[in-house]
Amino acid sequence: MTPLVTIRDLDKSFPGVKALKNARFELLSGEVHALMGENGAGKSTLMKILAGIYRKDAGEICIEGVPVDIPSPRAAQDLGISIIHQELNLMNDLTAAQNIYIGREPKRAMGFLLDEEALNRAAAEIFERMHLKLDPRAEVGQLTVAKQQMVEIAKALSFRSRVLIMDEPTAALNNAEIGELFSIIRKLKAEGVGIVYISHKMDELKEISDRVTIMRDGEYVGTVPTAATAVDTIISMMVGRSLTETKTEVPDLSSHDVVLEVRNLRRSNVILDVSFKLRKGEILGFAGLMGAGRTEVARAIFGADPLDDGEIIVRGKPVTIRSPQEAVRLGIGYLSEDRKRFGLATGMDVAANIVMPCLSRFLSMNMFLKTRAIRETARSYIRQLRIKTPSDAQEVRFLSGGNQQKIVIAKWLARDCEILFFDEPTRGIDVGAKNEIYKLLNTLAAQGRAIVMISSELPEILRMSHRIAVMCEGRLTGDLPAEGTSQEDIMRLATQRHSLTTDTSNGAPGGSTT
Amino acid sequence: MTTIVEKETPTVIKSTVFSQGAWQRILAFASLIALMAVFTIASDNFLQPDNLIGILQATAVNGVLAVAATFVIITGGIDLSVGTLMTFCAVIAGVFLTYWGLPMPVGILAAIAAGAICGSVSGTLIAKMKIPPFIATLGMMMLLKGLALVISGTRPIYFNDTPNFPMISQESLLGAILPFLPIPNGVLILFVVAVASSLVLTRTALGRYTFALGSNEEAVRLSGVNTDFWKIIVYTVSGGICGIAGLIIASRLNSAQPALGQGYELDAIAAVVIGGTSLSGGRGTILGTIIGALIISVLTNGLRILSVAQEWQTVVTGVIIILAVYADILRRKG
Repeated sequence: MTPLVTIRDLDKSFPGVKALKNARFELLSGEVHALMGENGAGKSTLMKILAGIYRKDAGEICIEGVPVDIPSPRAAQDLGISIIHQELNLMNDLTAAQNIYIGREPKRAMGFLLDEEALNRAAAEIFERMHLKLDPRAEVGQLTVAKQQMVEIAKALSFRSRVLIMDEPTAALNNAEIGELFSIIRKLKAEGVGIVYISHKMDELKEISDRVTIMRDGEYVGTVPTAATAVDTIISMMVGRSLTETKTEVPDLSSHDVVLEVRNLRRSNVILDVSFKLRKGEILGFAGLMGAGRTEVARAIFGADPLDDGEIIVRGKPVTIRSPQEAVRLGIGYLSEDRKRFGLATGMDVAANIVMPCLSRFLSMNMFLKTRAIRETARSYIRQLRIKTPSDAQEVRFLSGGNQQKIVIAKWLARDCEILFFDEPTRGIDVGAKNEIYKLLNTLAAQGRAIVMISSELPEILRMSHRIAVMCEGRLTGDLPAEGTSQEDIMRLATQRHSLTTDTSNGAPGGSTT
Repeated sequence: MTTIVEKETPTVIKSTVFSQGAWQRILAFASLIALMAVFTIASDNFLQPDNLIGILQATAVNGVLAVAATFVIITGGIDLSVGTLMTFCAVIAGVFLTYWGLPMPVGILAAIAAGAICGSVSGTLIAKMKIPPFIATLGMMMLLKGLALVISGTRPIYFNDTPNFPMISQESLLGAILPFLPIPNGVLILFVVAVASSLVLTRTALGRYTFALGSNEEAVRLSGVNTDFWKIIVYTVSGGICGIAGLIIASRLNSAQPALGQGYELDAIAAVVIGGTSLSGGRGTILGTIIGALIISVLTNGLRILSVAQEWQTVVTGVIIILAVYADILRRKG
């Protein structure tokens, strides 16, 4: 039987990155085909090309054996390919039916008036087909996330889709809702729709998918039947064998003071009972998949988001941190994963950004800026961190990602923070700059600063950390020593969902290899 | 371990950045000169000293209000209440001086303090209660207009008991010292306010945070800066400057006219925008704002000299605003 979709030798580059190299994929009709890989493995890029969101650089896409060109999302829809993004794209103030037929509303009175009745009837028919009880007139904003997702699926089906791509569809759903979603997936499958299912959650894949294709670093690794393949095999295919660069020596820190301790942090359902300790001079790696709650923990400790419950102890003293201002006063710095949105005022110059957290030190009469002192400080950090910029008066937006990151680091060094949270410090940075950032982190730790490094890149975690904390769905699922820990150990803990830990004993109490 | 070889810093980049701020001021300044050239050619009366002083005199109130609005607009906010706040402050001066018969300095301080307090209220509504600036200051605009009418009993308050009051804007301190330069005090005040504001924006922590708030408020907050506090301060300063504008206009009319004020905020915002300050925040200069205010006055004055009807003057101002903003958008793209 001819596969519904065949992708061969697909290449795609973005400025500075090769996102896909000879990527391959095959989808049969009536199949649920899971696509797995670490963050940045190229899953989403591959599917976005199939859905016409990105253009391919080279390679071939065939639908039922016929080579096709997919220049736009519209073209993909015409070919029967629909994608449901992780972030839902719905208009909350419109009804379910209005959302489904947006841009294609049935008309009456020679096209002058909308035919609301026909619209609702058509939507109801689709819901019927999905065996879904939902009023087409319901306002989408009032629906649960699960129901909103159903509306997205209904919208995809209204294009008579034969290929349905779902990117992390269960990220925001609870168990009952996941069950509901799966029963709809099974119905579509029975009708011959081919479904691509992108997810990190092992247990879900085992339950719903027929085959799994694994990708790593933009390349095709292999396709295996789900039922006959062990979870460990899939994980080792994901992380691969190739490794590892010179690992940093783990110093003996047992005699060092604990500078930060948090106990039982809790915030609605994103942070669930997180406790850990951080010593002077230590680099604590925070591993986990995207959305595991690592950033949320950092932001909560930093006072950027409120906490429901929990204790924070800085240098032996219990503290309450209600705002970043208070955190900074306690010597805590946070380097956001999203430099442009949260880290830098990109329209301002290098010097202004570097002194932002400590401007009060550069004032005469508590009011006037000491321009010369500011520039001298900025210049000294530009030299020290080797920031490549024509001058300290250059606007930050004209600098490269690596140099922008160094400015964020300089900012917190200038403030002399003792405890630093680095959230994805090397995201979007080229290899050379990455090495410099690594060196910098080691130097900072050696100087006695305590560092939490959040990273989704396992090699980075293994290379840099003195100790590794793993998070999954808001919980801390492991606290591993850096030595003797493998990527597989971390991945197992990072995918250890709550349902699994309670149901099975599969590697539950810390995954550290002895 | 890799050693990173430091590359020579490219020196080419600088020109694109350096010229950007300068370029917008040059553009606005060039338009001002061009306008003046056109009117000079069209009418002999335009370049007369009396007429030029008239233009400056007419710029004083709008210029000061526009400076006040510049602060707020650089933070990425907007203040619709500057016009009616100005009137409110004039009425407060009237209450202190005419109703209560207090000495002139007390009245002056009261007007400026009233402006600052009202500004801090707007700032608190926006920073603490998270009401969007447009709505918060729209509310304040109407509230203050109403209060000015209530306090004055809808009648003008004359400053007949304070003979020195007209001096604030009418007479010329400068002319007394330098007879060839009979610049009225109102214009002098505008000059002082503009220079002081420019210094505040470029040389003080307040100025730095004003730009930073408009550039990326969240990044500033995450730098441990108390953004709410600084935002309130910005609105407070802006309000105080509106108080100064209130004094100038009251002095010029020798009365507080409670019905006046609405509409002034739009002229002020127009001057700011023509001067190249971005409505999305993070960018702007006082010099630009002053040039913007002058462009509006020159246009009004020139068109009147050419006997163009009032209605058409408004049409032309509208066109100028649209062109100025479009020029700004083109510059950003390029």
